[in-house]
Amino acid sequence: MANVPTPEELLNIDYSMPQQGWMDRKPVFEDGNFCYPAKPEIIEEIGFPNPRVWSPKDDDWKLPENWMEILHDGMKDRLSRYRSFKLFMDICVRCGACADKCHFFIGGGDPKNMPVLRAELLRSIYRKEFTTAGKILGKLAGARPLTQDVVKEWFYYFYQCTECRRCSLYCPYGIDTAEVTMMARELLHLLGIGINWIMEPVRNCNRMGNHLGIQPHAFKDIVDFLCEDIEEVTGIKIDPPMNEKGHEVIFITPSGDVFADPGVYTFMGYLMLFHEIGLDYTLSTYASEGGNFGLFTSHEMMKKLNAKMYAEAERLGSKWILGGECGHMWRVINQYMDTHNGPAPFLEVPKSPITGTVFENARQTKMVHICEFTADLMKHNKIRLDPSRNDHLRVTFHDSCNPARGMGFFEEPRYVIKQAVRNFFEMPPSTIREQTYCCGGGSGLNTDEIMEIRMRGGLPRGNALRHVQREHDVNMMSCICAIDRATLIPLADYWAPGVGISGVHELVANALIMKGEKKRTMDLRLEELPGMEGE
Amino acid sequence: MSFFIAFLLVLAFGSLAYLGVESGYKLTFAAIIPYVAVGVFVFGFVYKLIDWARSPVPFRIPTTGGQQKSLDWIQTDYLDNPPNKGWTVGRMILEVLTFRSLFRNTSMKLRWQDGEPRVAYYSAKWLWLFGLAFHYCFLLIFIRHFRLFMEPVPILVKGAEFMDGILQIGAPRLYQTDLIIVGALLFLLLRRVFDNKVRYISLLSDYFPLFLLLSIVSTGLWMRYFGKTDIVGVKQMTMSLVQFDPVVVDSVGAIFYIHLFFVSILLMYFPFSKLMHMGGVFLSPTRNAPNDTRMNHHVNPWNPPKKFHTYEAYEDDFREVMVEAGLPVEKQLEETPETEAEAE
Repeated sequence: MANVPTPEELLNIDYSMPQQGWMDRKPVFEDGNFCYPAKPEIIEEIGFPNPRVWSPKDDDWKLPENWMEILHDGMKDRLSRYRSFKLFMDICVRCGACADKCHFFIGGGDPKNMPVLRAELLRSIYRKEFTTAGKILGKLAGARPLTQDVVKEWFYYFYQCTECRRCSLYCPYGIDTAEVTMMARELLHLLGIGINWIMEPVRNCNRMGNHLGIQPHAFKDIVDFLCEDIEEVTGIKIDPPMNEKGHEVIFITPSGDVFADPGVYTFMGYLMLFHEIGLDYTLSTYASEGGNFGLFTSHEMMKKLNAKMYAEAERLGSKWILGGECGHMWRVINQYMDTHNGPAPFLEVPKSPITGTVFENARQTKMVHICEFTADLMKHNKIRLDPSRNDHLRVTFHDSCNPARGMGFFEEPRYVIKQAVRNFFEMPPSTIREQTYCCGGGSGLNTDEIMEIRMRGGLPRGNALRHVQREHDVNMMSCICAIDRATLIPLADYWAPGVGISGVHELVANALIMKGEKKRTMDLRLEELPGMEGE
Repeated sequence: MSFFIAFLLVLAFGSLAYLGVESGYKLTFAAIIPYVAVGVFVFGFVYKLIDWARSPVPFRIPTTGGQQKSLDWIQTDYLDNPPNKGWTVGRMILEVLTFRSLFRNTSMKLRWQDGEPRVAYYSAKWLWLFGLAFHYCFLLIFIRHFRLFMEPVPILVKGAEFMDGILQIGAPRLYQTDLIIVGALLFLLLRRVFDNKVRYISLLSDYFPLFLLLSIVSTGLWMRYFGKTDIVGVKQMTMSLVQFDPVVVDSVGAIFYIHLFFVSILLMYFPFSKLMHMGGVFLSPTRNAPNDTRMNHHVNPWNPPKKFHTYEAYEDDFREVMVEAGLPVEKQLEETPETEAEAE
């Protein structure tokens, strides 16, 4: 975090608007405020156009010769394929209700981070290219000509949108900037403009099965290693099946849970829970990714990456799919999966083998969220818990944007947490549930080269966290998203130092009383449990 | 800048009507332009709706503002996260009739307390209140105007008039909507001018409709309360329009023509402007779809072919290390033609 200002410096935010009109202002590309472009070999491998070496700081972005035609045709095509896009270009009244709802605007004050203006960046071109008034009246009709500066501006601002949809909640017409951003990014990809932090995971996920490019043997090694830790904590040896046919359930979680702290503790939590209830499941190295960076790339790429889940479930002969804690993975599963790659008649409507509960709400996708699954177990008293093991934690819960506003997943994780811990505190109502704030790094922006932008975007969340830290001594923020588990750590260190981050199933596993376990003296992080230290 | 251009534009339209009528083009402003305007409005409106509807909704993408339908014992927020068509209709009705999403509006302020920053949120319902007030007043005034186009006057219109003038202030009796709509329009206009964020995003096409509506309202008010326009003559003319046999009544003054011209401009401008949010709100994919894609199958009409890196290709890439790690494979190592390279 070399070039990141201190919180005091950063908080010097100017919300007054510039004298100069927004059409006349150009973004300035400086180190730290843009994401690095995708490497040419990656673009080439996944078959996207115009692979080349370039930098946003260059004057010449080496666009294809006919780039204007490409953009025009690309827009036309998308206008005809997505009513959302066409409608959202036409009906905004610029009432400004969305203006102070965006975390990037709140933390930065840049007017083009007001959702309405972010969309105008695209709308102004739409008017010029596709409306009569715009063609004739130009600027008077809110239209402006398509220039390379416009393209650069799109890159700058559509990679300062995390597609969190918070603005959409408040819009009287439901205009969804996430849709606009998705279209803009698709258009930029037509010119070979994409960022490495998204495209490399896409490439890896396509070929290796997960974002991080973990190869099958390495994946198994990591899981074995985590199982050793579980044994150290509980005395119980777990050997999870992998790529095995004939199990009832296939479990898919974001690969961040296998790879990085604190996601790995959540992953250990899943395994311990499955072991304890005797779930007949398998992991897969081929479908070892729940997250889908295709969502941040193009609808076609999203479909391509998502297709593996059903394909692998069919190959392994599983009856249904259980999904781990992940934000945008669940938006894809809820809103896109079945339409893209369904129906999946080779699967059955999910039924918990432990409680007999039939998950009617997943009748079509055949995929259940682990929090739904665990909440159901808890409700039926199928697992034993000792929440006092979490008494040293004072926990709050961060609703991830995608399960919140793209699914409506609020009560399930809360119920699970409240069973597993005794000290739970909500952040202020304007910052949770459907009004939740982004971690500042969603939609593929969790990259360190834009740490300042992330910290700015993280201000509202960080401030709400600081509030419960101050009021209730909260020292742990739980969440159900792998990107959150990565991005909230620097965010908390910056805005509310002293608060840790955990997944929900880490808390569950710490409280979980397992048959035949030894006396727990450590939590999953191998830290001594206060008051339960070994004698 | 846009503010003044919008103002001047409306002024110019008013002058045009005045000069036109004074130069004797009364029939043009009383009949020809209004007919054209209604035609443009109807065809434009329908065209726009069809144009939107021609683009499919490939995915159900509702913005979920409440708890989804899941386990039996978890209470579903049916209105903000409708699981079926019925509740979606309910959500839409509230959206259209009460501007429910806008009702959520808050305003954010960054302030300092005890040496620490606090991002604070305040209730901000003014925009909702005045927006709603404007739209309902407009609707009522619109309904009231049917007195001029219908004989006998329907009971609904009479009822609207009665309710509107129930305070019985002055003569002619003051309609509350007349007062409120001016207030609401002024609020919406002044908000654009004095809220620096809203001013920054405002275009000519944001100011123009407000000035136009204000002009329509004020010319109407002038005729009713101050100018004492010959209402019988006006009704004769409007009835003649409806009967497609337009007449001009000499006693009706220029102000009526100006009023009518402004309305004609509004009608013609409507389908090509942001005012089409009136039709668009019904089609918004984040509001008018149930959140049921985990429960029911939906078809994407242009669904692209399924292409992905298959398990077979994956295993081909990693078979050796998979076998070494003890992972099950479909094809054993010896089955793979090691000689592939040689064969070529």
